[in-house]
Amino acid sequence: MSAEPLLSVQDLRVGFATEGGLLQAVDGVNFELRAGEVVAIVGESGSGKSVTAQTIIGLTRSKNTRIEGSVKLAGEELIEADDATLRRLRGEEIGMVFQDPMTSFNPVYRIGAQIVEAIRAHQGEVGKEEARRRVIDLFESVGIPEAERRVDAYPHEFSGGMRQRAMIAMALALEPEVLIADEPTTALDVTIQAQILRLLEDLNRQRGLATILITHDLGVVAEIADRVLVMYAGKVVEQGTLDEIFYDPQHPYTWGLLGSLTRIDRPRPHRLPQIAGSPPSLTDLPQGCPFRPRCPHEFSKCTEYPGLEARLPEAPGHCDRCWLTPEEKRAKRLVEGQIGLEAPQEAPRA
Amino acid sequence: MNGAAPNQGEHLLEVTDLVKHFPIKRGVLIDREVDQVRAVDGISFSVNRGETLGLVGESGSGKSTACRAVLQLLAPTSGSVKFEGREIAGLGRRQMRPLRREMQMIFQDPYASLNPRKRVGQIVGDPLKLQGVASGSDLRRQVQELLERVGLSSEHYNRFPHEFSGGQRQRIGIARALALKPKLVICDEPVSALDVSIQAQIVNLLDDLQEELGLAYLFVAHDIGVVRHISDRIAVMHDGKIVEQGTADQVCEQPKDDYTKKLLAAVPIPDPRESRQRRAGSTA
Repeated sequence: MSAEPLLSVQDLRVGFATEGGLLQAVDGVNFELRAGEVVAIVGESGSGKSVTAQTIIGLTRSKNTRIEGSVKLAGEELIEADDATLRRLRGEEIGMVFQDPMTSFNPVYRIGAQIVEAIRAHQGEVGKEEARRRVIDLFESVGIPEAERRVDAYPHEFSGGMRQRAMIAMALALEPEVLIADEPTTALDVTIQAQILRLLEDLNRQRGLATILITHDLGVVAEIADRVLVMYAGKVVEQGTLDEIFYDPQHPYTWGLLGSLTRIDRPRPHRLPQIAGSPPSLTDLPQGCPFRPRCPHEFSKCTEYPGLEARLPEAPGHCDRCWLTPEEKRAKRLVEGQIGLEAPQEAPRA
Repeated sequence: MNGAAPNQGEHLLEVTDLVKHFPIKRGVLIDREVDQVRAVDGISFSVNRGETLGLVGESGSGKSTACRAVLQLLAPTSGSVKFEGREIAGLGRRQMRPLRREMQMIFQDPYASLNPRKRVGQIVGDPLKLQGVASGSDLRRQVQELLERVGLSSEHYNRFPHEFSGGQRQRIGIARALALKPKLVICDEPVSALDVSIQAQIVNLLDDLQEELGLAYLFVAHDIGVVRHISDRIAVMHDGKIVEQGTADQVCEQPKDDYTKKLLAAVPIPDPRESRQRRAGSTA
């Protein structure tokens, strides 16, 4: 793992002009991605996680979008890059896998032909036969059986899991260094999800593929991520290494997310710890901390929103946005029994 | 699950050898049946009063078809469905109507299961009106009580579904299902379309309502974690058949069937250390 970040996102802000005024979907996101690293962005719908990912490769550009900040790929600024540059970068430097493998392929063309087209659009010198050969190799490397025959199949002839593999094959066709995977397993059954996660992990280990994983599922995060960003209402509320987020979470929202998980390997609690209320509307955010109305630990200081800062001397990379002191946090999250990870406190129900 | 003694002799719902096959037809003028999709292929289970049976399986396992066949929304190919000891398989719409009071359904997608042109009061109140249970000001009062019962406000009576979030819409769906005071509620993936922080709220609400009203649930989902949390017993479905059935703890802790084991092994554990251990174990 090299020290120089491959991708660096600084103070990224994305706003959409709507009838109800400016909707700030992403509000100051900072992170770095190094070669061979998996960074997970976790959040609920409307948290800004997908908009962040899409903005990195310029998919949110439009008349009504206001994009500020900086996204640098190996030193090259992407926010102001022209369309031709972005087209080149997409695929060659950054591959993307979308959530829904059903709608990501054109249903009337053969899957192989669609990937061949992508290869030849970027590398005109590659002949059709050679490109086809490469697709077959790719299919084999992502675990699609009978690749030779499958390459000429139509999308509807593939199952969901196979289609997602084909999607990953397409994203890797031009050997990018960064892969953005937006909820890559959400539409899949758990047994297939496990296979796709293993595949992503192998790619990450064997090819040193740096990955941004967008998901709402902390179970998936625990399986694969190195570092985690937790987003809420357009802002990162906590970021740190995988173990820091799971074993020493600092933000009450993170506590809530971790606490509300169901575990099949633990005695079940009588009641599932829950976060009250629902996420705020981005056009009508409360003053101060947007999690304040749902937070059981709200106090007078919360009408002002704290910055994303490291508050633990021993973990300079572990940042959060909460006014509570680390000692208060430790006490409160244990009292609430919301951290189901350190110690199962509740007796199983009768 | 947390009370309501289930031992009252008979089962509330008893399903025996339920089969639902869909024909595959070919031909231009005359359709010939060339094969069948065995969506539900001979399943048996029962639900006692006040208890929750969880039905888990992956997509295509036949769990939703099973629900619809139980409710006679799809006519079963064969087999028996007994509700309070009475055979209901093969009953017509009209004969089913009085029974609809007793068995209700909560659907997966709260965006598709509420009529966007009706107000909340009408959505929740229609079952009461259609069954002739209440009308006029009594109807309004009952609906408002229901809304409050599921964690909404009585002021929501005149709003439209689009004014609500996903979790609130699911609460409206629950209020509608409870309007007729059913004994059995079939929940088909009731939380899988919801955000993580909202899922726990809905699961807890279903739990509370069960305790209060003595409801029995047939809880269908692909998320075995949620199913385990809410169920007393679990049945695992695969390819139209039930491959394993037992108490929730038995099935999750000592699975016997290979498919159940595979399903459980695939569930991600939200604990990095354990997850690392498990992976180290599986590759070693």
